[in-house]
Amino acid sequence: MSNENNNTISFYETGKGIFSWIFTLDHKRIALLYLYSVATFFLVGATLGILMRLELLSPGSDLMHAKTYNQIFTLHGVIMIFLFIIPSIPAVFGNFFLPIMIGTDDVAFPKLNLLSWWLYIIGAMFALSTLLFGDGPADTGWTFYAPYSVKTGTNVSMAVLAAFILGFSSILTGLNFIVTIHRLRLPGMGWFQMPLFPWALYATSWIQVLATPIIGITLLMIIAERVIGIGLFDPALGGDPILYQHLFWIYSHPAVYIMALPAMGIVSELIPTFSHRTIFGYKAIAYSSMAIAFIGYFVWGHHMFTSGMSGDARVIFSVLTFLVAVPSAIKVFNWVATLYKGSIELKTPMLYALAFIFQFLIGGLTGLVNGALATDIHLHDTYFVVGHFHYVMFGGTGFAFIGALHYWFPKIYGKMYNEKIAKTGFTFLFTGFNILYFTMLILGIKGMPRRYYDYLPEFQPLHVIATVGSWILFTGLIIIIVNLIRSKRKGPAAPRNPWGGVTLEWQVPSPPPLQNFDKKPILSKKGPYDFK
Amino acid sequence: MVNSGHNRDDQASKLGMWLFLFTELLLFGGLFLVYSVYRYMNQEAFLQASLHLNIAMGTVNTAVLLTSSLTVAMSVSAMQKGNIKVSINLLILTLLFACTFLVIKYFEWSAKIGHGLFPGMEHYNMLEPGEKLFFFLYYFMTGLHGLHVIIGGIFIGIVIRKIKTGKVRPDRYILLENAGLYWHLVDIIWIFLFPLFYLIH
Repeated sequence: MSNENNNTISFYETGKGIFSWIFTLDHKRIALLYLYSVATFFLVGATLGILMRLELLSPGSDLMHAKTYNQIFTLHGVIMIFLFIIPSIPAVFGNFFLPIMIGTDDVAFPKLNLLSWWLYIIGAMFALSTLLFGDGPADTGWTFYAPYSVKTGTNVSMAVLAAFILGFSSILTGLNFIVTIHRLRLPGMGWFQMPLFPWALYATSWIQVLATPIIGITLLMIIAERVIGIGLFDPALGGDPILYQHLFWIYSHPAVYIMALPAMGIVSELIPTFSHRTIFGYKAIAYSSMAIAFIGYFVWGHHMFTSGMSGDARVIFSVLTFLVAVPSAIKVFNWVATLYKGSIELKTPMLYALAFIFQFLIGGLTGLVNGALATDIHLHDTYFVVGHFHYVMFGGTGFAFIGALHYWFPKIYGKMYNEKIAKTGFTFLFTGFNILYFTMLILGIKGMPRRYYDYLPEFQPLHVIATVGSWILFTGLIIIIVNLIRSKRKGPAAPRNPWGGVTLEWQVPSPPPLQNFDKKPILSKKGPYDFK
Repeated sequence: MVNSGHNRDDQASKLGMWLFLFTELLLFGGLFLVYSVYRYMNQEAFLQASLHLNIAMGTVNTAVLLTSSLTVAMSVSAMQKGNIKVSINLLILTLLFACTFLVIKYFEWSAKIGHGLFPGMEHYNMLEPGEKLFFFLYYFMTGLHGLHVIIGGIFIGIVIRKIKTGKVRPDRYILLENAGLYWHLVDIIWIFLFPLFYLIH
């Protein structure tokens, strides 16, 4: 606090040069470090996806052999899940906006925050290094199922070590956010005066802290298996491969709520702002976030219905899976109820929020189809599952991420993006996305297995449609990215509050100064979504 | 720079350490889960294998760690009362106990390895699958625990240094408390490991 200029100059001016960025303690700079890293790896993962779709244009080998295809979809999954989706919203928008939205000047542990980013980068480098040596990247799928992951000669140990390091990055972010929310809220901002994005981050952070260590130790066991070969998961040596699956999914199911909850938090911010109306059912949404986090720990077996579990176990997991859908549905009803009689402005961020509701709905309903035992027997390991999870992870979290990027773009960069081009990009993205992934739902019901690079000729027309969808989608991505980069450089100056939002970030300058607030933040007595 | 100590919050530090301890518990928890499943499936083999372990050494180690938890707690009390020298000495005593633990562990392990009872060696290879699992888990879990004893020891060493340079003092000793908390975690993990490996009935 010794430099009063920190209240007026933007956080970009408080230090120049690369070292002032990669060794920063400012949560806003760390957020941007994450943004550029995460976006880069997203594009790598998306390119891998495009390559997969090109291979699948016709049956048989077109561009690559089976093993290469296996390596590509493994790397696609590892990158998209561990390097993009899991960190994305918390590490980018949580880091940037959580302190501001609760009225404070940084997170509780700024040095741990920086460490978290460094661990992310190191983990990413390790993951990508698998391309460069030995037998190439892992070909096991991102799930690393034993015993194949123990036996295959590809770089599984390195990939798994990368995931272990990335897990620590995630844990530290979660730990930081929990303490920040508990201790650093503005005096006068009780738990139920906090906006819903911090609530979502709070629920997510508990999952990050409690679930991630389990995959950490499981991955260490895979490395030990590969190095020592003791037979932990090898039936020939007395081990149990299903035990691996349980350990893996005990983390990886809660992990999908790490992906979904922050995205829902974004939607809970976008809908009220662009309806100019207070959120319907604030407490219900807050409690639902916690309920999803809690119940989500107990449903992991629904990934294993065909693995040989007992009938009783399957029934229990199926019932709990249906139960976890209830709080998610409550949120959807509340968002829609917020729209009712609102003064709706269809700006780009709102389009993404509405697309989220549509796509998350399809993703959620197809999730229930998977969660029902009888239908899952038919659909397990088919394209139906692939369609389902892309609808929730990409159509849900991915779209929420891009929506948040547009929503907070003026605040972060002090410039407005071009609305028309943004809407064009959205149109391509939305169209391409639904052509690509709805087709997969149909392919799956017809019996097309997942992770196959070859298929019967009868599936070809649908595969071609899907691939064309991927091209339209990719075009949309290019338009969106180019628009944002150009607007950052040459866009018109943005005001403090371009959208008429009422949460605290709209009271600070665009972009914010180092200490976030240039004036003392003003809280409304009527709660966090007080639209007059 | 923000958070340069002007906004010191000891409660936040403590909460942060507790959250970290939860992650450590869950890390070991995964291994305890694997142990439970394989013991359930190989009860006789686990019992037979456990007879190779030296209960006396295990018991001494348990007493050593429990006492070290006492000394670290006493160190915190001493600091609270302003007895800096006593606090430091108790921490040094804690470190001596930690070293004792590791030395005993070293003798335990080298005895077994000397008999070829390590994954990959001759005697080990002749074991039943259930016994192999027991020994793998024994080395993995006590090894991971030993690593955490070393980490905890380094943490305590850092705190000793900071007390000597005045960075940790009676009006500012949250780092000492957190080191104590971490040490108690290391102790309590051993309290679970000891009966599960040494006292199978």
